Amino acid sequence: MFSGGTRAAAAIVSAALFLFCAPAALALDRAAVESLAFGEGDERLAAIAALVAEGDPKALVVLKALAQGEMQTSGKRVFIVRGDKAVDPFTGAESALPADREDVVANNRLRATVADALAVLNLFSPERAARLASARVLAEGADAALYPLIEKALSKEKDAEIRGLLEITAAGMQLKAESRDVRLAAIRTLGRTSNPNSKTLLLELVADADPDIRREARMSLDAVEKRLAWGEWLGLAFAGISLGSILLLAALGLAITYGLMGVINMAHGELIMIGAYATYVVQNAFRGSALFDWYLAAAVPAAFIVSGLVGIALERTVIRWLYGRPLETLLATWGLSLILIQTVRTLFGAQNVQVENPSFMSGGIQVLSNVVLPWSRIYIVLFVALVLVGMWLLLSRTRLGLFIRGVTQNRAMASCVGVPTSRVDMWAFGLGSGIAGLAGCALSQLGNVGPELGQGYIVDSFLVVVFGGVGQLAGTVYAALVLGFANKLLESWSGAVLAKIAVLVFIIVFIQRRPQGLFALRGRVTD
Amino acid sequence: MKRRSLVKALALAASIAMIGSGSQALAQSKTVKVGVLHSLSGTMAISETVLKDTVLMAIDEINAGGGVMGMKLEAVVVDPASNWPLFAEKARQLLTQDKTAVVFGCWTSVSRKSVLPVFEELNGLLFYPVQYEGEEISKNVFYTGAAPNQQAIPAVEYLMSKDGGGAKRFVLLGTDYVYPRTTNKILRAFLKSKGIPDKDIDEVYTPFGHSDYQTIVANVKKFSAGGKTAVISTINGDSNVPFYKELGNQGLKATDVPVVAFSVGEEELRGVDTKPLVGHLAAWNYFMSIKAPANDEFIKKWSAYAKAKNIAGHKDKPLTNDPMEATYIGVHMWKQAVEKAKSFDVEKVSAAMAGQTFPAPSGITSKMDEKNHHLHKAVFIGEVKADGQFNVVWKTKGPVKAQPWSPFIPGNDKKKDEPALMAIKKP
Repeated sequence: MFSGGTRAAAAIVSAALFLFCAPAALALDRAAVESLAFGEGDERLAAIAALVAEGDPKALVVLKALAQGEMQTSGKRVFIVRGDKAVDPFTGAESALPADREDVVANNRLRATVADALAVLNLFSPERAARLASARVLAEGADAALYPLIEKALSKEKDAEIRGLLEITAAGMQLKAESRDVRLAAIRTLGRTSNPNSKTLLLELVADADPDIRREARMSLDAVEKRLAWGEWLGLAFAGISLGSILLLAALGLAITYGLMGVINMAHGELIMIGAYATYVVQNAFRGSALFDWYLAAAVPAAFIVSGLVGIALERTVIRWLYGRPLETLLATWGLSLILIQTVRTLFGAQNVQVENPSFMSGGIQVLSNVVLPWSRIYIVLFVALVLVGMWLLLSRTRLGLFIRGVTQNRAMASCVGVPTSRVDMWAFGLGSGIAGLAGCALSQLGNVGPELGQGYIVDSFLVVVFGGVGQLAGTVYAALVLGFANKLLESWSGAVLAKIAVLVFIIVFIQRRPQGLFALRGRVTD
Repeated sequence: MKRRSLVKALALAASIAMIGSGSQALAQSKTVKVGVLHSLSGTMAISETVLKDTVLMAIDEINAGGGVMGMKLEAVVVDPASNWPLFAEKARQLLTQDKTAVVFGCWTSVSRKSVLPVFEELNGLLFYPVQYEGEEISKNVFYTGAAPNQQAIPAVEYLMSKDGGGAKRFVLLGTDYVYPRTTNKILRAFLKSKGIPDKDIDEVYTPFGHSDYQTIVANVKKFSAGGKTAVISTINGDSNVPFYKELGNQGLKATDVPVVAFSVGEEELRGVDTKPLVGHLAAWNYFMSIKAPANDEFIKKWSAYAKAKNIAGHKDKPLTNDPMEATYIGVHMWKQAVEKAKSFDVEKVSAAMAGQTFPAPSGITSKMDEKNHHLHKAVFIGEVKADGQFNVVWKTKGPVKAQPWSPFIPGNDKKKDEPALMAIKKP
């Protein structure tokens, strides 16, 4: 927030100081509001300062309305939009919205100044939450001209957390003070923070004329950077886990159909895509209802069932005639994938469809000063963990799981002891396809949903399964996480394009050295 | 036996139907074919599909007004599917098989570069409606989108200005192909001329269709701790949706690090929650929110057309954007040029295009330059609003002449500001 001009900030200070000394005539300054609405550049910044000087609660309302884009004009009239009513800022009278209304345009510079002005005003609020929020805004950087106000707030503030934030803010403002001792103290205070803004401020001082300041700034900067580096690593680790979880979800279904059953299923990506479209259809059914935020609760089973049924249909009609003939399976499933893509294109159109995130999946949680973890990715990591546990339970604890493992290990023997192998194949393929559908449901929350969605994941899915070791669920999990981390590490170091190439080269070399993948089944099972 | 007679009857019916349609075609023989070459599937469909509809709307409008020189226009729509070599194949088909008089099409520069040899070889005529990197003047192409000096350079100047936040460090983020690479080369030279050192410029590229912007947004945050930073985005196609979602989710605010985009308009932001994105910028030569009588009329026409033709998305929430405006201007200018030349011949129409004017929806009178095949355009910079529209926060005083050969690329000062082949054309 360096954009607020120093002159305007100085005006805010004098205005606000005046406000706390003498709460004089309370009337909203018409000229100031009008120049805020119709003026340009510096003129409007001056108007903000004038409004702060008002001390009228109505001024606060006007500034808030401007920040939120609720201020409009019609001819020479200025009003605030509340629902479908126009509220006069001076009298509070309500009227119908005029037809020729126009927005009052706020640019970033104006918004930053308004945010600072509102924060400063709120520093003296009796409510702790309001003061804390303001202190947070100001700690991210504020104009040095606001210093007298921060000092004033500090002298009154009792709360330790708010005091801490204000001290950081004050330190940031004192870096250019007259006295060397004050500057050195400020540099040391900033050196104890883990705020990206401290780094910005300290960087400017590393080339200071004074050698002591230079040395102290360098030391503080190193300390801040060390703490920031933790945040960067944490962010990178989370990105790796997130990408790994997505790769895992995309590959889990394939781990069953290809890993356990040995079907080279080129239509796996399209089963993912069908899951995403199932989510889209469910979302549309929920649109406009009060339960829209909960559409995912219905979309998850829907995606699983739809993709599972399509998978079963594919298995019954085409794939079961081709068991044990990998080349034919590959060609047939590739053909199936083209048919599925074209079918979806015909039904839904070639363009991407929009899947909106439910509101609880928007935004993120601030973990450290420089790390925000998006909710959507956190939920998807949890979802993948749930699916993994569910699949493990199903394979290890249920009768169907026992049969699937039995048929995988020795088809002839399983058949001999009365396992209906053909039906088990069908259910297993349906299960793998259903999990692909779940992947589609999750992916629809992150990326675009279009007919070619699956094409982007088929190669990655095969990479994960082959890398992890065919026939091994645990291997798939490790492989997905390793690839996720490797991709993100390389990406932060060499860019997205090179990272992709490097990962592919790595896998080619790895498979040549170790064709059985990370984990290999031993013994006659692999025969 | 019965079956065979049924087949015979069907065949007879079919042949009669064919004769019928044939005579119908004869009755309407006074039509001229117009090619539409936009991706209707693949990664670019998000941007290009609506341009196809814009061409069709303009053609309907011209036909309703009596056509061109008494001839009705007939659109031939093909789908090159965001596949660059396929663009060249489809262009050849439009020119040789369908014998179209003119083609409106392409979005990405890589697709334009792909069809360019075809148009030059077969002497076709292409109207290209999207902002691009310059470095090209072909006698067979009219560029109705912006050259770098009509979009990119003013946008960066704005970011460096007091109102734009006074940015001192820049992240140049783009999709990996010719337009972002060339634009960033020009911008790097421009920033250097303004005294920005190389260490304060970070160039990042992602593949087409990239969808995971976690690390990139985190790196932008890290970079921005080094001083006031702005991001210049030349990301194209549907990658923009995950990019802007990630920006919002990671809480990168426009007041701290503004992102200015050159390929994101009203259409691309449809379906993105724009509340966290308020204040991020886009530079264009038209915004839907511009107040001008010509624009009101354009939006009204488009809304009515979208409703009548049941265009997905637009029938409920009609949106217009810059490339749509450029497409619309292009179709109408071509019609005016044909009428001036009194011929559909490419050479004659090209000559008649010079100096054509049209009242553009952006509120200015657009003029085709007498020589360089580019439109004179006004430049607007808009900030994203909570409803997905843009507030114009800065604009040029009037139309700006295009500089297809950017002065920031060495050697360009010797290049001629007109198509090279025209100069040596035989009489």
